[in-house]
Amino acid sequence: MSILTVKNLTKQFGGLVANSNIDMDVEKGSITAVIGPNGAGKTTFFNMVTGVYQPTSGDILLNGESIVGLKPHQVTRKGIARTFQNIRLFGAITVLENVMVGMHTHLHGGLFSTIFNLPHVRKEEKEARKEAYRLLEYVGLESLFNEEAQNLPYGAQRKLEIARALATQPKVLLLDEPAAGMNPKETSELTKLIYNMREELDLTIILIEHDMKLVMEISEHIVVLDHGEKIAEGTPDEIRNNQKVIEAYLGKGAAATAS
Amino acid sequence: MKNWLSTIQANKRLQAIMIGLYIVVTFLSLYLAQKSVIAFLLLLASLLLLYFTTFSNRIKWLVAGLVMVVLLPFAASQGEAYQSYMEVATLVGIYIAMALGLNIVVGMAGLLDLGFVAFFAIGAYTYGIFATSQANNFMPFGHYPLSGGSFWVFIFIGCLAAALFGILLGIPVLRVKGDYLAIVTLGFGEIIRIIFNNLDKPVNITNGAMGLASVQPPKLFGLDFMYPSQFYYIVLVILLVVIFAVRRLEYSKIGRAWKAVRENEIAAQSMGIHLVRTKLMAFAVGASFSGMMGVVFAAKQTFVDPTSFTLLESITILVMVILGGMGSVPGVILGAALVTILNLQVLTELTNWLNQLSLNGVISIPDALSPAKMQRFIFGAILILFALYRPQGLLPAKNPVFKKEDLTDTSGHPPMNAGVQKEGAQHVHLDS
Ligand SMILES: Nc1ncnc2c1ncn2[C@@H]1O[C@H](COP(=O)(O)OP(=O)(O)O)[C@@H](O)[C@H]1O
Ligand SMILES: [Mg+2]
Repeated sequence: MSILTVKNLTKQFGGLVANSNIDMDVEKGSITAVIGPNGAGKTTFFNMVTGVYQPTSGDILLNGESIVGLKPHQVTRKGIARTFQNIRLFGAITVLENVMVGMHTHLHGGLFSTIFNLPHVRKEEKEARKEAYRLLEYVGLESLFNEEAQNLPYGAQRKLEIARALATQPKVLLLDEPAAGMNPKETSELTKLIYNMREELDLTIILIEHDMKLVMEISEHIVVLDHGEKIAEGTPDEIRNNQKVIEAYLGKGAAATAS
Repeated sequence: MKNWLSTIQANKRLQAIMIGLYIVVTFLSLYLAQKSVIAFLLLLASLLLLYFTTFSNRIKWLVAGLVMVVLLPFAASQGEAYQSYMEVATLVGIYIAMALGLNIVVGMAGLLDLGFVAFFAIGAYTYGIFATSQANNFMPFGHYPLSGGSFWVFIFIGCLAAALFGILLGIPVLRVKGDYLAIVTLGFGEIIRIIFNNLDKPVNITNGAMGLASVQPPKLFGLDFMYPSQFYYIVLVILLVVIFAVRRLEYSKIGRAWKAVRENEIAAQSMGIHLVRTKLMAFAVGASFSGMMGVVFAAKQTFVDPTSFTLLESITILVMVILGGMGSVPGVILGAALVTILNLQVLTELTNWLNQLSLNGVISIPDALSPAKMQRFIFGAILILFALYRPQGLLPAKNPVFKKEDLTDTSGHPPMNAGVQKEGAQHVHLDS
């Protein structure tokens, strides 16, 4: 059963066609990778799915229901969470609070109940702190909970983005280049983490990634974009041997000499 | 120096003796030397010292309460300068509440508002119009002025009116970001003032540039509030409520949402935060503090006119926030106190002193250079120096420090996100 369906999705920036007639079907519970050279339109695709950009045309269905036209916060409430390629943490607040911001929609304290510190708010906040800590444990950042997010090393920042996205309790998680800037050890930890999240958290994961080892290792389905167009899709094995994909990555000449 | 400080920090008894001694000495000096502004300021500064001690919050609040409710008014009450001291203390309280309001908008939510004094004006006019005969000009029913007993209700009405205007102004204003927001809010601040200045025709609502005179004094159990020494206590109570409210909001879901919006709007939205609603709430809450104090200001001055609500006032409040530390509640309180005292006491005293000198023919300072006229220059200098050398302000904002025991305590309730379990994370089978 597909949880996310994309039909004819197109995005133009003036004359530039960043995404052109993209079709995609994402199986519930699967790990799908979106790959392609820089500037292929991968992040633009994520931005449309999460409501940051409005598509020029086409449709995006979550469980059969269109989410086009929704604001980013509404998309999040529907169950889609994401991380960002250019890290967007809340730098000046603590690691734990970053995760607690992710719980925003699941907390109910209003203005007056907060000012009067009513029992339900107190209880809810206490639970939220513990839950945030558990999420930090889950991604392996528990020792850093009191640090300011901006002081974290790069790899930890990427993991914090994941913990924060998990805190929104998503059904679909979009990861935009989660391994960028990580060393091989961190990347292999991340690979395990992504795999575990899918297994344990009932998640569907779509990830953009340049690290081919990671992509080939964990994704069941790969979609390849080039110049805004979908040039191929299939299993890792199919993609590895796809002529068009090799050309897109290595250039026509190189592909010819290689074969 | 470091050593010395840490010895004191470790020794609570020593701290108690020092702060106690300090309070007693400054109290006695003010009590005995009534004309000594310095003694008055030093006694006020005991609150700052208290902030730096390591006692529990409860003890700090108790001692601060003692100083503010009993010692300060009593020590000041023995001479002619009593009312002028209390006037300063009252204005300090009013400005602290406003600066705390602006701090929510600028410091926490990151929205630069250069027209903040508009909400103070709205509070002041709300009471001013109905507590003078002015309302007779346009109200189809009722007799005005309302009695001073209505003042207490008007504190809430002023609060709500300012919050409402915060939202009404916010809806169009919050479409723009960054520098544009600053310019648009500046415009709105001026527009509000100009409207109050001109709303004497066709229907006379605000009495225009003439202002509203003889505003009814607040009344409680037959007692009229006329003197600064009385308003001091009204301001103190409202200020405590305001501090209490911001403290609660600061580290709550709402405060976190404000900071998230400040740090990164796109990420905040993708955490499910409703951008417009969150910003409007910051505007409304910040404005409401000013609205309440506006009502008090109108009653205290017994006169309201548009000249009290100029751009310079907005800038002054902003300087308080920046000087103290954006987003920092203790910082902003300090900043507001320093700037108000600088304005009301230090510059005035300095001017008097220099005038005295030139009268005696010691030196002659041209009128244009008198310190009282240096306000703008000094604010400008503060803004530039702090932007360059200490952008986080005098007492920088602090993040909460969580205790690990509280986070790992497993008693009580089931987790919200039942799927996340630490067990199982270890068993990894990668199909390759
Ligand atoms: N907001 C924008 N305005 C104009 N052009 C954009 C915008 N966002 C992306 N683009 C352009 O769209 C193309 C695809 O970008 P992007 O989706 O970021 O690529 P990728 O993530 O695959 O590297 C690039 O040419 C980029 O310059
Ligand atoms: Mg990208």
